[in-house]
Amino acid sequence: MSIADDLDRYAPDAVRARAARRPVLEIKGLAVDYGYGDTRVHALRGVDLTLHEGEVLGLAGESGCGKSTLVYAATRLLAPPGLIASGEVLYHPVAGDPVDILRQSDDELRASRWEDTALVFQGAMNSLNPVYRVGRQLTDTIAAHRPSSTKAEREERARELLTMVGISPERIRSFPHQLSGGMRQRVMIAMALALEPRVLIMDEPTTALDVVMQRQILEQIMELRDRLGFAVVFITHDVSLLIEIADRIAIMYAGEIVEDAAADDVYRRPRHPYSEGLLHSFPPLHGPRRELGGIPGSPPDMGHLPAGCPFADRCGFVFDACRSIHPTLVRPAVPGDDASRLVACLRHDRAALAEAGMPAVEVPGALAVR
Amino acid sequence: MSDTPAPPDDVVLQAVGLTKHFPVRGLTSRGVVHAVDGVDLQLRAGQVLALVGESGSGKSTVARLLARLYPQTAGQVLLHGRPVTALSGRAFREYCRKAQMIFQDPFASLNPVHTVRYVLTRSLRIHHRGLRGAALEDALRALLDRVQLNPDTYVDKFPHELSGGQRQRVAIARALAADPEVLLADEPISMLDVSIRLGVLNLLRDLRDRLGIAILYITHDIASARYFADRTHVMYAGQTVETGDSESVTQTPAHPYTQLLVRSAPDPEHLGDPLRTGATGEPPNMVEPPAGCRFHPRCPFAAELCRTRVPELLPIGAGREVACWGYAPDEPGAPDLGTAKVSQEVAR
Repeated sequence: MSIADDLDRYAPDAVRARAARRPVLEIKGLAVDYGYGDTRVHALRGVDLTLHEGEVLGLAGESGCGKSTLVYAATRLLAPPGLIASGEVLYHPVAGDPVDILRQSDDELRASRWEDTALVFQGAMNSLNPVYRVGRQLTDTIAAHRPSSTKAEREERARELLTMVGISPERIRSFPHQLSGGMRQRVMIAMALALEPRVLIMDEPTTALDVVMQRQILEQIMELRDRLGFAVVFITHDVSLLIEIADRIAIMYAGEIVEDAAADDVYRRPRHPYSEGLLHSFPPLHGPRRELGGIPGSPPDMGHLPAGCPFADRCGFVFDACRSIHPTLVRPAVPGDDASRLVACLRHDRAALAEAGMPAVEVPGALAVR
Repeated sequence: MSDTPAPPDDVVLQAVGLTKHFPVRGLTSRGVVHAVDGVDLQLRAGQVLALVGESGSGKSTVARLLARLYPQTAGQVLLHGRPVTALSGRAFREYCRKAQMIFQDPFASLNPVHTVRYVLTRSLRIHHRGLRGAALEDALRALLDRVQLNPDTYVDKFPHELSGGQRQRVAIARALAADPEVLLADEPISMLDVSIRLGVLNLLRDLRDRLGIAILYITHDIASARYFADRTHVMYAGQTVETGDSESVTQTPAHPYTQLLVRSAPDPEHLGDPLRTGATGEPPNMVEPPAGCRFHPRCPFAAELCRTRVPELLPIGAGREVACWGYAPDEPGAPDLGTAKVSQEVAR
């Protein structure tokens, strides 16, 4: 057992966080447009995000905020009319220099895909081929990447993978329609782990499932993460779920990351008005019953984004500057905050206000909870 | 409004022993899917009843049976105590006027080629014969006001120009055009963005309070049932396993399935230390549901009795009922729920 494993098992979160500081995937200034010419929509606008080794990074946001676009662009799976306008995605191998996935040749990409970074898609129903047995679909992946392996070895590995995700190995002979939704999703997870990737990207892996099944699968993923040590990017619209399972959460709005902080900080000390609003959009199951309002208005039309902050129209703390200055990710203006957390809100960005010649503003109490 | 407004707390719509079996015809097999088996429920004016359960538990089928979208296999639907039997013709239309349905997906339930004006005036004219001209226009504006959409902005929009939440409001306005006594809302918020879900729930609650409408709220999200509903019924595999006021059902769940459901729901308070439920198993096959209690293959407390006899709903105090042998202490061979058992005092 490696030292990192030992830490994972016994060390408190702080130690684990320090041990996990080595980046595996770095997204820098990634911009994605849909369409061409004047009618194109800027779906992602210069997103920076770093995934560290063994970390569970949650990506949260509403539909259309660009969270799926972000991971599809970063893995070069984006289908036309999606177009990567700029940016780089650096993958840090165990040994050697980082490689830019966006500039890899097709052969290099094919070799690294699934080997380094694997994906679990949202609809397990649509991801499995209905006319092949699940065993064949599992062994296909291994055969493509390990051409020297024998059929028996691949079969053995497929059984092992199914056992790992809690499915009886006899199911290797089943067709997808003979499995329940939860089991199909487990097969997808087994397939993603077939080559022991270092990064596992999960796009709403449990949204189509019931809460009980969702809980079972999450427990499985977390246990496998502890055992195999891969890093997870977990995309969902359910912030309360993310807070429970993620180490760090990035909240997206209108194609940008608006807050990036440890899960605990996002939950107890949100700094962006949108994060704060999202947290008040979920009725609590326990504790006092309180009146909740959600967030007024609706997400902006990505084709006609306002000049300033895209959240300005729905924000309770909006002021003049929000209509003209576009906020960027900065350290929150709350003393004592974790040095690594970032927020894109002018309430926290005194420098941007000073540059525009505007007076500094107070950070409202709701956004400065200690 | 309808001819005689119901007095508060009066039961408007009632289901008695409601059962629905769908036939399955395969190449080799023949059988029925036991979608709903003997469900009783009462919808009261000015109250929200939540029906909670996983997919396949039969909760949507209950709503569709109540909306008379298809006939029941057994049991009865009673409107103000009178059995509803019509499935077509004048009596059916009369019933539809009183019980309106709101569907899950507002992207699918609004015709994309019609404007909001067309959708709503059509509903108004169907349910209020002879309404035209200025009166119709006034009614249209009143409807949009009632669902908190500005009439001037939205009346000539097409569905694709609206956000999910706005579409769902139009769907609610369309249902309200009939002046219904009952709204059957089948997962009305599950397709909406999280930040606008509460707006729609708060709107429905406002309608309940102002218009005294009875609402059946179907959901898989037990936390939203706690927030929105007065009473909650939990369904498992086509049967009701627990009923009671929403607060007690969510805070002190009595049935092992409800307990699992509450434990499985995401809870930010378990931050960094996700709760391990250790739950296993899959929802049962509804063509051949398990004998006895349908939850017994997944239940950690299951005893021999649970495998053979179906538990009835047993009162456990404070208007709560639970279908579990663990609450029948006099029954020989009853399982021992241990600390998971909710005592009568807690239930009160």
